[in-house]
Amino acid sequence: MAKIVFKHPQSLKENIYHYCPGCGHSIVHRLVAEVIDEMGIRGITIGVPPAGCAVLAYNYFDVDMIEAPHGRGPAMASAIKRCLPDRVVFSYQGDGDLAAIGIAESLHAANRGENITVIFINNAVYGMTGGQMAPTTLLSQRTTTSPAGRKKELDGHPVKVSEIFSQLGGTTYIERCSVSSPAGVNKTKKAIRKAFQCQIDGLGFSMVEILSLCPTNWKMSSIDSCKWIDDVLSKEYPPGIYKDNIAEAKKTAEAAP
Amino acid sequence: MNKVLMSGNNVIAEAGIRAGCRFYAGYPITPQNELTEYMAEHMRNAEGGVFIQSESEVAAINMIAGSSATGVRVMTSSSSPGISLKQEGISSMAACELPGIIVNIMRGGPGLGNIRPAQGDYFQATRGGGHGDYRTIVIAPATCQELADLTMDAFDLADKYRTPVMILADGMMGQMMEPVIFKKPKPRQYPEKFMLRGAGTGKSKFIRGLLLDPIDSEEHNWKLARKYEVITKNEILHEEHRVDDADLVIVAYGTAARIAKGAIKRLRDHGMKVGLFRPITLWPFPELKLRALSAKIKNYLVFEMSTGQMLEDVRLALQGYANIEFHGRPGGAVPTPAELANVVAKIYDKKD
Repeated sequence: MAKIVFKHPQSLKENIYHYCPGCGHSIVHRLVAEVIDEMGIRGITIGVPPAGCAVLAYNYFDVDMIEAPHGRGPAMASAIKRCLPDRVVFSYQGDGDLAAIGIAESLHAANRGENITVIFINNAVYGMTGGQMAPTTLLSQRTTTSPAGRKKELDGHPVKVSEIFSQLGGTTYIERCSVSSPAGVNKTKKAIRKAFQCQIDGLGFSMVEILSLCPTNWKMSSIDSCKWIDDVLSKEYPPGIYKDNIAEAKKTAEAAP
Repeated sequence: MNKVLMSGNNVIAEAGIRAGCRFYAGYPITPQNELTEYMAEHMRNAEGGVFIQSESEVAAINMIAGSSATGVRVMTSSSSPGISLKQEGISSMAACELPGIIVNIMRGGPGLGNIRPAQGDYFQATRGGGHGDYRTIVIAPATCQELADLTMDAFDLADKYRTPVMILADGMMGQMMEPVIFKKPKPRQYPEKFMLRGAGTGKSKFIRGLLLDPIDSEEHNWKLARKYEVITKNEILHEEHRVDDADLVIVAYGTAARIAKGAIKRLRDHGMKVGLFRPITLWPFPELKLRALSAKIKNYLVFEMSTGQMLEDVRLALQGYANIEFHGRPGGAVPTPAELANVVAKIYDKKD
């Protein structure tokens, strides 16, 4: 009897991705869909895709989804979750969406301790619009709007979202991962599962920041992109658990009358 | 139900909750804070009620959009500068066909302006306000009783046409207290198929405004346009006050119309036959009603607490068939009925 060890996730439609070859979104979409399948939550999950490369995520995820204007995903997700507390609500955001135009919505949803999950794709550029400088672009990194490299005097410093959000009282679980290697992909999937579980257990705000590839706008091969994440990007944004109050939050929840 | 004495801001909030509004998000701004505070106090006592003090007006409008998508009746409120911030979300709600109520308690502008009553947001409200080809239904009550009745009706309209509806009032309307009777709300009719509540065992849905194919997008725009045509045909509200024997008619809405009624009383006491045409829906504008009136009355004075915005709609309605004068007090200045009466008297003497 043959055993199925690899199949198309049920929570992923059969549509062909519009993403560029080597793009990290395809990997992360699959991971989220696999987690949704494995947790058996397809029917109760509502996703909020961003403006950016993942704006068409509803063409891929086979769960209920509603588009948010650029950066407003966490505001929308907060409201959806408050109205439907027994659903699993996630916002899927890029670095421009979360750390620039939507920093207020993201930070305050986190600070309110909204019981939602944010999947945060950090690839250090604006992908969809053609590779402009993002808030997470590294110093001296060249982009179409920092042609001489990002300068701290003019452009400020890379925004470290996981570090900042982990300081907020409202956040429960924050981990930064990378999809630049098979080990990183496995770790990312575990983190996504843990984040969703945190939400299902009613323990508050969870976010997984994922260092992700953008070979097209980095003007690198996929392999070089993976190497660049490991050698350069992850030095500025070290992967790891930035906050894990799950055990503590569970105790508080159990102690509550 | 007994009469209660309430301020306009509180009336809107109470009418909303009675109409079944169960989600409110807002950000503090004068002169509408009492509405937000009332929601904070009373939404928690309403079954399933959610109140969020948002981090900005931008967040608030997107919160009500999200909540509306789940099938909940929703409201947000603000005042002029805050309404500018909400335009992104209003455009998005129009595109995604999400019902919801946006209350604008107008204040002096442009810019931060001041916190006095004004009517400078007419263009923004009636022309869509945000980007793209869309309209919002705009309702301009002139009494606290109308705030109660029309707020309730606004929820039904928003559901019926799946579109955002704006209540356009001003700081005077928000702050004044009048006795009000709350009517019984109609039972809600909003099909579940429009709600996003998780796919269950069925097919997944998505709600979006992004249509990358221009032909799809064009069809969506025409679909919205056809809906707006139906609204224009069916949902016009206006009041005619003492126009039967009038030689001159003041056209005014909201607070300005109240002032006009006071002026008309004074003018009539002095033998001048003046009436009032009061649009209650500003979009759709009661264009044909006003044009019909021009068959017998040839002199009009548009009076607004602005430099002249509704004036353009009056010109479009009358199409040059009548004389149109204008009196405006922008920037938060509120004229007295006596001041307006003096202005009207001068025009009345000169009229044909």
